[in-house]
Amino acid sequence: MNNSTTTNAPGDMGGSALNATPVSVRETPVSGLAALDYSILQQCMHCGMCLPTCPTYIETKEERHSPRGRISLMRAIADGEIEATKAFGEEMYYCLGCLACTSACPAGVNYAQLFETARSEVEAKGLLDSPKRDAIRWFALRLIFTRPRLLRFVGRLLWLWQVTGAQYAFRKLRLTRLLPADLRRLEPQAPVVQAKFSHQLIAPVERPAQAATKPRRVAVLTGCVQDLIFADINRATVDVLLANGCEVHTPPLQPCCGSLHAHNGDTETAEALARRQIDLIDPFAFDAIISNAGGCGSHLRHYDHILEGDDRYAARAAEWSRKLKDISEYLVEIGFRRPEASAVPAASVDVTYHESCHLCHGQKVSRQPREVLNAVPGVKLHECGEATMCCGSAGIYSITQPETAGWLQQRKLGHLRATGASVVATANPGCHLQIANGFKQAGEATSVVHPIILLADAYRAERAKA
Amino acid sequence: MNLPSLPDDPDGTNLDFMPQGYPELVGALTHTLGPKNVLTSTEDILPYGFDGTAALKQRPLAVVFARDAAQVSAVLKLARVHRAPVVTRGSGTGLSGGSVPVAGAIVLCLVQMDRIMEVDAANLTLRAEAGAITQRIFDEADAAGLFYPPDPGSMKISTIGGNVAENSGGLRGLKYGVTRDYVMGLEVVLADGSICWLGSKCVKDVAGYNLRDLFVGSEGTLGVITQVLLKLLPKPAARQTLLATFARMDAAAETVSSIIAAKIIPCTLEFLDRKTIQCVEDFAKVGLPRDAEAILLIETDGHPAAVVDEALKVEELCRSHGATTVRRAASAAEAVQLATARRSAFSALARLRPTTILEDVTVPRSELAGMIREVETIAVKHRLNIATFGHFGDGNLHPTILTDERDTEEMQRVEHAFADIVAATLARGGTITGEHGVGLAKKPFLKRQLGDASYELLRLVKRSLDPDGLLNPGKIFDLSETLQSDE
Repeated sequence: MNNSTTTNAPGDMGGSALNATPVSVRETPVSGLAALDYSILQQCMHCGMCLPTCPTYIETKEERHSPRGRISLMRAIADGEIEATKAFGEEMYYCLGCLACTSACPAGVNYAQLFETARSEVEAKGLLDSPKRDAIRWFALRLIFTRPRLLRFVGRLLWLWQVTGAQYAFRKLRLTRLLPADLRRLEPQAPVVQAKFSHQLIAPVERPAQAATKPRRVAVLTGCVQDLIFADINRATVDVLLANGCEVHTPPLQPCCGSLHAHNGDTETAEALARRQIDLIDPFAFDAIISNAGGCGSHLRHYDHILEGDDRYAARAAEWSRKLKDISEYLVEIGFRRPEASAVPAASVDVTYHESCHLCHGQKVSRQPREVLNAVPGVKLHECGEATMCCGSAGIYSITQPETAGWLQQRKLGHLRATGASVVATANPGCHLQIANGFKQAGEATSVVHPIILLADAYRAERAKA
Repeated sequence: MNLPSLPDDPDGTNLDFMPQGYPELVGALTHTLGPKNVLTSTEDILPYGFDGTAALKQRPLAVVFARDAAQVSAVLKLARVHRAPVVTRGSGTGLSGGSVPVAGAIVLCLVQMDRIMEVDAANLTLRAEAGAITQRIFDEADAAGLFYPPDPGSMKISTIGGNVAENSGGLRGLKYGVTRDYVMGLEVVLADGSICWLGSKCVKDVAGYNLRDLFVGSEGTLGVITQVLLKLLPKPAARQTLLATFARMDAAAETVSSIIAAKIIPCTLEFLDRKTIQCVEDFAKVGLPRDAEAILLIETDGHPAAVVDEALKVEELCRSHGATTVRRAASAAEAVQLATARRSAFSALARLRPTTILEDVTVPRSELAGMIREVETIAVKHRLNIATFGHFGDGNLHPTILTDERDTEEMQRVEHAFADIVAATLARGGTITGEHGVGLAKKPFLKRQLGDASYELLRLVKRSLDPDGLLNPGKIFDLSETLQSDE
């Protein structure tokens, strides 16, 4: 593994995003849409096949809010035909970035790259700048989500707030009225932080009980939100890998993958974080690098592209992208073991599957999570309508565009309810929270789980019986 | 603003053209339709400057959304007062430039008028607003045990109004015909704003001229279609899809001739050449044979016994004419997958080159094999990359020139090749467009196909129904002689 040139602890990013990796920053790169390889823009032949899959087009029926409409604006900017304006900036942030259009596009337009370049241009030109927005962006993108220790500290504070009853009292005393309108709306959606974070549940290296002569070596990525809110999913991920004979490496302190940054126009930090991630986990040392969050995985898979211009990292980034697998995808690839049917109670459970956009559209992993679910004894899988349509979570979209996010959430809940399932399986923390919040607000008992939790439970039941 | 009034620029070729009193027009439109339904900002209207046609672009002056025929009528009346051209648009998936704006135009977008008002199972009809999506019409009919056959490639998003205005075809044209064959009635708003119904639910109806058919395929140049009454069929009880692979293009063409000669009319008889197969497979991943020179996608439908019988005969004919493999779709889902993959062919070809110039020439079926060879010769002659796919069963070919609109030298060769393809088509008794319409893309060739008298008749009809020349001007043909670009 190449040595990192910094003295920071692994995973942590000191100072600004850039001075963490002083070398290999390209010299004043020409940025923005005009500098983009024109063939990517030209790839869109505006046939309109994307329209029926685009949530914002379905909502408004206006071309501007459609993939081909947005691309035409991007192209007009690249051509110098129009200026990038505030309206353009708002349009780019009205797009969910769900990538449903990329699954529908016969021409194979790389919308993900267009979208990230466009948002990056919006940020570079400061089209949407306001003191409040700038402060929030700095706090989230540059401060919290570049420093895993700080993020965990904030998570711990939130946990204390929740377990000491302070949150309960705050709500009971209706002090929420004192909050500004935006926060008042968001406060009830605050996720419940788990008592233990991933590093408290998972040892840096764990070996399977019955080790094969040459076990598969895999690295598990614990994520940011997943680490604080869904550490149990990370634990389950390690468990199912162990149950399938893998030697599992889980670095205790991992940086954010940079997805949040890339999707929000902070390309610079995204690149720095990708380097940091590769410094921490040498892709050549593992058979696979496992992600269990759809949104992270979709970004992590493209490190090859993000670092292609960086001589020091390009080769490792390419290897990284080859090795990066979603947990369900990897399990199916290695022919995972189906748990014994006799190990679970006879009663079956009705489950439906909501596809995370960035798992099905971003990573084209759609069949495998269903195979995992179907392997779990007692699970009866019911397909739901519009399973591949966005639930409205879309990263921080539910915070920035509450109206559209709420509309999508209700539409999603309608389809999920129609299946009659009591359990919704989904493989991305954003979707998980969005759907769970929706059911909670409606006073319904439907639970939300990651498919891997169900598989891990089945393996555990098997062991308990043995 | 002292700008020239419309008659000076009936064809929208003057890019700086603005109708007189534009601010007053926008004000009046906003007053009539509400501010949310009138778009004028650059970011809002720029994405309405094109449809599904390659290399055609023109920004309109404004985009308006109407909710019913009365609003459409109001828009046309206002446009008439202000002498502003009106280009009607649905989802903008047309392939001949029919809904590409002309300069200074108001785009009248009907996507908000998307209600399906009635499925009449007693009379086998369906009534819908013009903006209803074709796929939804198919689904609604299907749910009632009925069948709406026309299935253009873009049916998941195309509007029925657009289908009627362009007289769209699809994969089932061979047995079931095209959109025209299913239009029983229309609600049309004329250029002066009057609203009229043409046609009825009666299977037989010969009262007066058949004006309904005049509007089918009129490409928005004679009036604005706001509602349609469609004919439905009973849903075929069974269907079977076959996929035949060929090592030679000729063998595929001969197979088609032999199927027709054996007096079998399959519902679908599609053909894809090697380049198209590869692009479609890259996108759809349905297991098409990448190494085949040509494939035929064949579907028969109808009574179960007839389907079994036909499928067997077709399979035999394929094999006896040199098919290397014949695969039967194992399930209805697989059949739908294959048809969906085929519908993506045009867009999937954009994987090879950025600009895909799609042709729509159609020849009598006996001329198919010769026409395909001719297209190959033309590709070699002009050093161009041409992929061909299409509806073999009805003689409708889609030779698609794969190019780059930014390469002016190559684009010149494209134009020459296009002209050669048209000449070859006409020499074989064919037509320049089977299902996409003339629009802007094929306008230069129409006169050659029709001959002077018929061409003049078209213009006479246009002048009678749209005396001010405000409805989609410059489409199909030019009204002013001087601007004709023919020959």
